[in-house]
Formats: sequence, structure tokens, C-alpha cells
Amino acid sequence: MLYREAGDYKTSYTDDAQTFPIKLDRWWYYAVVFVAFCIVPFVLTDYTVNAIMLPFLIFAIAALGLNILTGYCGQVSLGTGGFMAVGAYATYKLMTAFPDLNIFFIVILSGLITAIVGVLFGLPSLRIKGFYLAVATLAAQFFLVWLFNKVPWFYNNSASGQISAPERTIFGQAVTGPNAEPWVAYLFCLIFVFTLAWLTRNLTRGRIGRSWMAIRDMDIAAEIIGVNPLRTKLSAFAVSSFFIGISGSLFFAVYLGAAEVGEAFGIQKSFLVLFMVIIGGLGSIFGAFAGAAFMVLLPVFLKIFFVDTLGWPTDIAAHINFLIAGGLIVFFLIVEPHGLAALWRTVKEKLRLWPFPH
Amino acid sequence: MNDMNHDSYVTPDGRTIGPVMMEVQNITLRFGGVVAIKDISFDIREGEIRAIIGPNGAGKSSMLNVINGFYHPQEGGIYFRGEKRGPMKPYQIAQQGIARTFQNIALFKGMSTLDNIMTGRFTHMKAPVWKQALWHGEAEREEIENREVVEKIIDFLEIQAIRKTPVGRLPYGLQKRVELGRALAAEPKLLLLDEPMAGMNVEEKEDMSRFILDVNDEFGTTIALIEHDMGVVMDISDRVVVLDYGRKIGDGTPAEVIANPEVIDAYLGVSHD
Ligand SMILES: Nc1ncnc2c1ncn2[C@@H]1O[C@H](COP(=O)(O)OP(=O)(O)OP(=O)(O)O)[C@@H](O)[C@H]1O
Ligand SMILES: [Mg+2]
Repeated sequence: MLYREAGDYKTSYTDDAQTFPIKLDRWWYYAVVFVAFCIVPFVLTDYTVNAIMLPFLIFAIAALGLNILTGYCGQVSLGTGGFMAVGAYATYKLMTAFPDLNIFFIVILSGLITAIVGVLFGLPSLRIKGFYLAVATLAAQFFLVWLFNKVPWFYNNSASGQISAPERTIFGQAVTGPNAEPWVAYLFCLIFVFTLAWLTRNLTRGRIGRSWMAIRDMDIAAEIIGVNPLRTKLSAFAVSSFFIGISGSLFFAVYLGAAEVGEAFGIQKSFLVLFMVIIGGLGSIFGAFAGAAFMVLLPVFLKIFFVDTLGWPTDIAAHINFLIAGGLIVFFLIVEPHGLAALWRTVKEKLRLWPFPH
Repeated sequence: MNDMNHDSYVTPDGRTIGPVMMEVQNITLRFGGVVAIKDISFDIREGEIRAIIGPNGAGKSSMLNVINGFYHPQEGGIYFRGEKRGPMKPYQIAQQGIARTFQNIALFKGMSTLDNIMTGRFTHMKAPVWKQALWHGEAEREEIENREVVEKIIDFLEIQAIRKTPVGRLPYGLQKRVELGRALAAEPKLLLLDEPMAGMNVEEKEDMSRFILDVNDEFGTTIALIEHDMGVVMDISDRVVVLDYGRKIGDGTPAEVIANPEVIDAYLGVSHD
């Protein structure tokens, strides 16, 4: 048998509630963490870091964040790009105002600031739902981009209207700025991804996670068991925006180095992250990673195949990218709302009993 | 309140019924021109099983919605354990110890049986969010303690086999049972059941009646239930309120109520399902 849970008995509720109840899954998880922390940093090249690893890690954080709000709590948001911008501009302002403050804390503070902004924009969610809430968050997206463009204070009156990240170090290693080594940038982001994924797991398996899902599945029933709808929705907005703010902070400071708000954090980013969550699987942590990996890798593979191998023009490859992503969105929305994560689960369920299906 | 309300008495089957727990006073509820409830008063005593019956559209579900705060009556008031209740939200009323089930099942479709019932423990869990996020001492301990309570409810309702099944996949009768489990998990003082046996076959109804009697007997939970099946009502309830077109037309023991001419008229004169 390739994959089994037979004979893997649980003797306590602690065992039963653990993250990877099946032994083989647990080993896989340890292996992935080991490779990510101890092997990948040594084999990275500039290209793999910039084209694949950093975007994957940073968008995985955003996808985890949006998944908390949309996948777990059922509140649709099209404001992800705007909230990433809040994280980025908070980071810029903090970096320039407090040059001695450690970049690690700046990233976390930026997440907290974004959480507060997210709660403000989440307030209408008590009264409006679904489509209307999506439109309200879309308004937030446009408002935030407009704000960061219009008010020179946010970009310290720079002539270009851009923000750029000065060099900051941790243990003497540059994390931001042109001198940052690929492996340092990678490890810095990886630590955030690892910690935030672990926090998501804990939150979603406990009381607050159940209250999010209760609001998502049947809000009146949630209320009659004592769940305060406004507080619950706002807590989802807060946690989600915290994640998205961190993602925006890293995207600007570690990945881009310099950014212009409309280009870096426009509505396309909101859709990109939403697509990651839908394709990966609503309400699944694994799904957030799968979706982020898919949306980051797809254009890379298409470019290698169509442009580098077949010699087609780049814009055709880009169009094919849209076609595939769009087609998959429609497919998943209609056929499998739980995305790649659910397909993976089905495969596992088949393997679990193999070769003795019942 | 008169003195009688403070008395306790013992039923023929040996259960003690205490003083008045909830008093519903002169409630009137209108939706635009429709009067769903018209000047209704009745009380529910500690430890009793109180049935609310009446033809379709009589205002029974609306009455439960008033009690747990979904509807706000234009007139009248509700006293809970002697105190007049101010304007409260449904979740605050839940925190007071009132739980319910719905006429149309309202489970959390995306969650397993276990998680649905665990969610019912919401008001009993207190660990702050940051401890939950870190799965730190208190949060983990609380999770395990509450899981133990939930497992007892699962055993009590005999649904061990569907513990991990997403509730959306369960047959109707089992969904009703899980919904009862979720309400029980709150360890309510007052449990409101809106047609817990609707759409069930005879065997399922017998199981459900037994669970209701056992809950009342073993945990001392006060129960108010809406039910159309008169046989069941006669069997399990201590007292019955009869509603018709939003008015109260009868109130008393099952035997008194079925001897009441107005009740007989309402039931013979109105078609119901
Ligand atoms: N939210 C609402 N808006 C408007 N009218 C309502 C609303 N809820 C109930 N009503 C009306 O109030 C009256 C009583 O309805 P209710 O659901 O309480 O009846 P019921 O006794 O529970 O009936 P059934 O046995 O069919 O469940 C009906 O005329 C119904 O149309
Ligand atoms: Mg009803």
C-alpha cells in the first residue's frame, strides 16, 4: 500500500485533533519543511528566487489571508491589492521614519496597520453580503490606490511618485535593497510563510475558526449558539488583512525594491490572489499554497514552452495564460468549489484503500 | 406574579416541575398588515416539557423567533427568571442559556458532525484569540475538555459512526439529530425545538421522542417544542399552548386541551398538512 491510515489508531483526542493525523502525511510535511529550510537556500539562483520562489512565498501569504476571509468566513473581497498596498506603504513610511527599527518588526507592524484598515473596510459586512460586499471591497481597492497616488505624504514627496526600499539588515545580512542575497531574501520570506501557515492552522481548527465557518455556512444558526456576527466577521477581516499586509510589505520591500501603487497593487493583484484561492481551494491551507504555486508557475512554464522552445511571441504566451486561468476558474467554480485541494483529497482517498477498494 | 408561580409540583411520572422560568406577556407581533401574534401570554416552568401546537401559519415559529430575539414584538414583554428582558440580540440571548433548533434544518453544511456540535460549545470556551493562534496551554486544554463533552453528546444521540462525516451528506433524520446535538452542546437552560419530528418516519419519531424525554430527565433541561403530531404531544408534554391565527385558544394539560371545544373547532375547521 502506498498510503495508509489502516492500523494508525488514535488513542486520545489530542492525537485525533492533530494537523496531520496520518503518519505518512506527517513525514511528508517534515520532509517538505526540511527541504525548504535546509536545502533550497543552497541551490537557489537569482532566477529561481525572483521568478518563482519569492512570488510564490509572498503570494502564498496573501492567499492564506484571503482564504481566511473568503474561504473560511465566507466574505468575498476584491480589495486584496489595496490592502497589500497598505502593507507596502506602511513599510515604506516606517522604514524611512525609523531607520534603526529592525525590518522584521517593520513587516509585522505593517501587518498590524493593515489589520486596522481592514477592520474599517470590513464594517459594512454586517449589513451587506455577497455581491454587494464584493462591490464595497472593490471600492476600497480603488480608493486605497487613489489615496496612495494622491497624497504625497505617503511617498515622502518623491518626484517620481514611487516608493523604494532602502537597505536593511538582519544579523549583518542585507534583507532589502540591491545588495540582498537571494538566499537571505528567500529565508526571510520563508520564516513568515511558515509561521503564518502554522497560525492559520491553529486558528482554523479552534473556536474562532469554527465561528468563522459557522457565519459562512448559516449565519442565523451561528447567532443562536452565541456567535456575535459583527465581531466574528471583523476578526476575520483583521486576521486576513494582517496576512495581506505582511504580504504587501514583503512584496514591496523584499521582492520589488521599488513600487508605484497603481502598477504594483492594482485590481489585477486582487484578482490574482482571488484566483489562487479559488483554484487552490476555498477553506484549505494546502489550497492556498497549491493555488499560489499554480498561478506563479503557470506563466513561467508557458514562457519556457511557447517562447523559449517554440519561439512564439511573448504576448501570445501571456494570452494563453489568461485562457488557462480563466477556464480553470470557471471549471472549479462549477465543478469543484474546493479546488485543487479537493482533487488532491480525492486522489488520496483512492490511494488510501489501494489496492483494496471496497 | 401570583404565588402559584413559585410553587413546585411533582408529575405522575415522578419529575419535579419548578417555578416559572419564562413568562411571555401580552406579545403582539405584526409584519406590515399581517398580525402574526396577537396579545399572547403564557409561561414555561423550570423542568417542564411545554408543547406549542396549532394549524399552519398560527404563529408558532414566530413565537420562538420572538423568544430567541430574531423578531422584535411591537407590544408585550418577556420575563426570564423573574427579570424583564431588555432589547437583546439573538447571540446575547444564547449566552443567557437559550438554545434552539429550526423548522428547516440550519446546520453548518461545510462542517462535519463533530465540528457542528463543537461549535455549539462556543459560549463555554473562553481562551483569548492569541492563545488559540498559538494553540497555547489554555486553548488546547479547553479544546480537549469541550471535545470530551461533545463526545458524550455524540454517544447519547448514538451518532458515533457519522462523527467525521460532512453534515450535508447525511440523511434528513440524522441531520435533525445533529442539530439537536448542537443545541444540547450549549447545555441550555431552555431548549426550543421547532418541529423536531417533522418529516420523520414512525421509528425516527420514537427515537427523537426518547431523546427529548431523556434530555429533560437526565439534564433537567426545560424544553418548549412545536409539534404537529398530536400523538407525540400527548405522550411527551406536560402542558400545551394552542395557537390559531395568532391568538391563544387553549392552554393546559394535554387532556384539558383536547377537551377544549375551541381547540377541536380549530383543528377540524382548518386544513393542515
Ligand atoms: N418574516 C416574516 N415576514 C412576514 N410575515 C411573516 C414572517 N414570519 C412569519 N410571517 C407570517 O406570520 C404568520 C405566522 O407564521 P409562522 O411561521 O409563525 O407560523 P407557524 O405556526 O410556525 O406555521 P407552520 O406550522 O406552517 O410552521 C404567517 O402568516 C406568516 O406568513
Ligand atoms: Mg413554523
